[in-house]
This record gives sequence, structure tokens and C-alpha cells, in this order.
Amino acid sequence: MTDQQQADLRKDEIEAGTTTGLASPSVDPTSDRQNSLWSDAWAALKRNPLFWIGAVLTVLFTVMAIVPQVFARGQDPRACDLANSRALPSADHWFGYDVQGCDYLSNVVYGARNSLIIGVFAVVVILLLGVAVGAIAGYFGGVTDGILSRIADIFYALPLILGALVLLRVGPETSIPIINSRGPGAVALALALFGWMTAMRLVRSQVIAVKSSDYVAAARAMGAGNTRILVRHILPNAVAPVLVYTTITIGVIIAAEATLTYLGVGLQRPAFSWGLQIEAGQSDVRDAPHLVLFPSIVLTLTVMAFILMGDALRDALDPRQRA
Amino acid sequence: MGRYVARRLLLTIPVMLGASILIFSVVYALPGDPIRALAGDRPVSPAVVQVLTERFHLDDPLWMQYWEYLKGLFQGDLGTDFRGRPVLDTIERTLPVTIRLTIVAVIFEIVIGLTAGVLAGIRRNSYFDNLVLVSTTVVVAIPILVLAFLAQLLFGLKLGWFPIAGTREGWYGYVLPGLVLASGSLAYVARLTRTSIAENLRADYVRTAKAKGLPPRRIIVQHTLRNSLIPVVTFIGADIGALLGGAIVTETVFNLPGIGREVFDAIRAQEGAVVVGIVTLMVFFFIFFNLVVDVLYAVLDPRIRYD
Repeated sequence: MTDQQQADLRKDEIEAGTTTGLASPSVDPTSDRQNSLWSDAWAALKRNPLFWIGAVLTVLFTVMAIVPQVFARGQDPRACDLANSRALPSADHWFGYDVQGCDYLSNVVYGARNSLIIGVFAVVVILLLGVAVGAIAGYFGGVTDGILSRIADIFYALPLILGALVLLRVGPETSIPIINSRGPGAVALALALFGWMTAMRLVRSQVIAVKSSDYVAAARAMGAGNTRILVRHILPNAVAPVLVYTTITIGVIIAAEATLTYLGVGLQRPAFSWGLQIEAGQSDVRDAPHLVLFPSIVLTLTVMAFILMGDALRDALDPRQRA
Repeated sequence: MGRYVARRLLLTIPVMLGASILIFSVVYALPGDPIRALAGDRPVSPAVVQVLTERFHLDDPLWMQYWEYLKGLFQGDLGTDFRGRPVLDTIERTLPVTIRLTIVAVIFEIVIGLTAGVLAGIRRNSYFDNLVLVSTTVVVAIPILVLAFLAQLLFGLKLGWFPIAGTREGWYGYVLPGLVLASGSLAYVARLTRTSIAENLRADYVRTAKAKGLPPRRIIVQHTLRNSLIPVVTFIGADIGALLGGAIVTETVFNLPGIGREVFDAIRAQEGAVVVGIVTLMVFFFIFFNLVVDVLYAVLDPRIRYD
């Protein structure tokens, strides 16, 4: 091998996040340490301002969800005085008052918890469903894959909001636990049930791509069973795209929750929810635009936080897009 | 090619059936009593209950009800709602609104999304390119609900440029909701076009064209654009199917009487037949346009052969 070939091979290895053992690190002109996919990705992330904006916002809203009192400026969201109804924002009450005369800032701040709980819970369910179904479909192939993929196609053809809307409308009258509760759990489950297909397809295609590789054949030759091969060898390779997808999906789910709640089938009063606040504020949009504006802004920033982080992660984890 | 299309058509049958069974069973698994709901507080005579139960097959097991529904479907009968109006009439009344909305949205996607994407792709890393990148990220992150209110507040109330609700002013009333509905796809079209153009500008055939001494305008319009637009055209095609079924929020906020708002009203009123009918139609659109796009791909890009 010439030096040039060695260097090329080493570059390929770095980009693929692996090593073949053929390129000896000593001839690598650029680096004397082994770069993994993750350390490369972290290096790229650190330089991306959009990632930092997303990360700071995510931390901010997460803290807000855990200890809303800190952000509410000492106001109790349930302490209301009708005399203040729809008062505009002021120095003391940054977001003004709502129709009931409650401090609006604290109401908006307390809404973060439900949004994040639903976002995270739904995505966990989506991952469990998507990874399990996708791994089985991709690994076993054939008829199993055919059936599972068609089922995914069926769900895929139904718009997310529409499916969740129908299920949540019917939910409270059924005896299915959680779904009949009209709480965050019901909303999250309904969204997960109609939103797992992309995760499944991602995992499935990754599994198919990796399944025929030599190291899987080697593991099989050494007597590893299906489960072990799937869990130890195949799934770790699917982590990167799934991680990107997960981050973005939390944002998408939070937006979908606000929409469902706005449409009247999600969270119900007296829960704190940005969707409910937007819905309540929309009739007063001429006289008190702040009632729609503030929950909308906070909702948008939350969704944006996750989408920015997901975008940055994708750019960082996909070596082909690296210039 | 013919075989591929036939196979794809066959594959759509189980998906269509499955989707309609899925929505049918969720809608009709309701333990509620639609006849009681229809009558409200007034007492209903047993004779009326019996007639209604028979007409809507309410006593049959779920699969029998579905079978009856399917038989009707193949004869072009989507059933009637509880007031006796045929679902087909409801669709005929509301579908044109949604189609108009979709047309306006697609025009926005093409005019704004494509133009922004082409300009950004040609001048990569320029100020305009970065502007497109940042603004598309922001637009994608704004929930359509928020965007709808923002548009109403800004262009409708503050500036007074556009009507904020209803269809009384003809096509003009579709501008604002069309833009809102298109926003997400518009941003995606811009990004897709940008990436595609930037990739194709590095291709060998572009270098050849440059080496031949062709003027830059000709290289971009005749050589690069044509190839770069293939993924964009197919995306827009598939998006039509999604837009036709995804306008619930837009139509509700802007008070447009299309199938999205109709299905939302039907879900709230538990009008099972209307829900199942419209949702099945939406699924059909989605699958149909995806199929068209897959075939179109092979027509536009001769390197792709489905054999």
C-alpha cells in the first residue's frame, strides 16, 4: 500500500466510524488518535450554533417542567382576581392576565410540564414499538416482513392528527385503561399508536443493511442466537439514525399535542396546557392578542428546541454531509 | 414497467382495506348509543329505535357491519349520516374546497419553495443561502396551529390584506390558509432543491458542459435544473396526497368548509359513516398520489427501471 492509499483508507475508516485494521494509525497524517463516530459527531456539534440554541432551550424548558415555581415569579397560577381579566402585560406581570384574571406568565410556565411529559412518553412508546417491530421485520424478512410492513403502510396512510383525533374522541367511552382517562397518558398513547411507523421503517432498513455484514456472519458462526445477534450486534448500529429521529419527534409530538388539545380532544380543563390556552384566547384575539401570542411563542420555542437539536445531530452523525 | 404498476396496484388493495377496517373498528367500537345521542333528551319510540337499528345495522357484529359497508362501497354507496343525508353528497359538497386549498398550497410550494431552493443551491454559502437555511428551520418548527393564528393576526387583522375566514371572497380567501398549509412542505421543497442543485453542480456532466464553454445560464437551466428537479417534483406529487388529507387544522382555524373540517365535525358528532367515508377517501388520495409518484420517478429518471 502506498502512503496515499493508506491515508485514503484511514479517511474512509474515520468517516465510517470503524477500523479495518489495514490502515496503520502511524501513517495517518491528520490524527494520532482513533476517532469514533461519536467523538467526530461531538466535534461537529460543538461548532454548530443551532445545536447550542436548541440545547439551551431544551434545558430551559426541561427545568421549567420540573420546577415551574422558579419561573413563575412568585405567582400562583390558580390565584385569580376577575378584576384583572384580560389585563395587558405589565412590568409586574410580564404576560398579563387571562380571562379569569389569573397571572398569565405562571399559567404558561406551568404548561411546560404536560407538553414535555407527553412528548417524552409518546416517543418512548414509539421507540419501543418501532424498534421491536422494525427489528423483527428486518431480521426475519420474508412473510413476517411482508405482513409487518403492510401493517405499517396501513397506519402510515392515516394522517397522525386524524387517527389520534378519532381515537381520543372515542377513548373516554371505552374501558381501555389510560386511553379512557383524557389525561396526558391518553394523548401520548394515541399519538404513539399512529406515529410509530417511521421509527419502524428506520430500524428495519438499518437491520437489513447490517444483517448481511461479515461480523454478523462471524457472530452466527460462533453460535450466537437470533436474540443475541439482534440486540448485541445489529441494533447498536441503528442507534444513530434513531437518535436523530427521536429528538425531532419529541418536538413534532409536542406540536401535535397542542393541536389535539386545541381541537378539544386532548387535555381538558383545568389542566395547564398551551393548546387549551390558545383555544381559550382565540376569541379575544382582537382585544387581548397576548392571550394567544404568549402560549404560541413558548410552544414554538419548545418545538424548535428539539427540531434544531435533531437537525444538528443529523448533520453531525451523517459523515456524507460533512464538507 | 407494466408489471411493476400492476404489482403496486395489487399491494394497495390490502393497505386500503386495512386502513378502512382500522378506522371503521375504532369509530364503531364506540359503546355509546348513537340513536340516543341523536334524539337528545326526548324519548324515542321503540319502533323508531328498531327501524334505525335495522337501517344502520347497529345490532350486527362489527365484521358484519363492515361487510355491509364494503358491499355498499363497491356500488358507489358510502351510506348516509344519521339525518339521512348521503355521505357522498357531503363529500361532493366539501371536496372542492379542499382541492382548491391544495392547489393554492402547491402553487406556493412551487413558486416560493422552488425559487428559494434554486437560488440558495446556486450560491451555496452565500448570505441568501444561509437565510434560506435558517428560515426553513424556523418555519418547520412553528406548529401549523400557531402559524395559522400568526397569519390571521398579522395579515388579516393588523394589515387587513386578506380575509381571515370563510370562502366568500372566492380564491382570494384561499391565499392565507393555502400559505399556512403549504409552509412546512414549502420549507422542505426549498431544502430539497438546494441540496439537489448543489449536488448536481458537482456532477461530471456539468464539468463537461463548462469545458465545452457553455454560458453559465445555459448550464444551470438546461443541464442542472432538469436533473435536480426530479426529487422535488416527486416530493410535491406525494405531498398533494398528504395535503388533501392533512388540512384539518387549517380548515378549522380558517373556517373553510372542506373535507378536513367536515371530518372533524363528524368526529365530534360521532357521525360514523361520514368519518369512515372521508377518512377512506383521504387514505385513497394518499396511496394514489404515492403510486403516481413512484411511476413518475421511472419516467423522469431513465436510470430507474422497475423490473
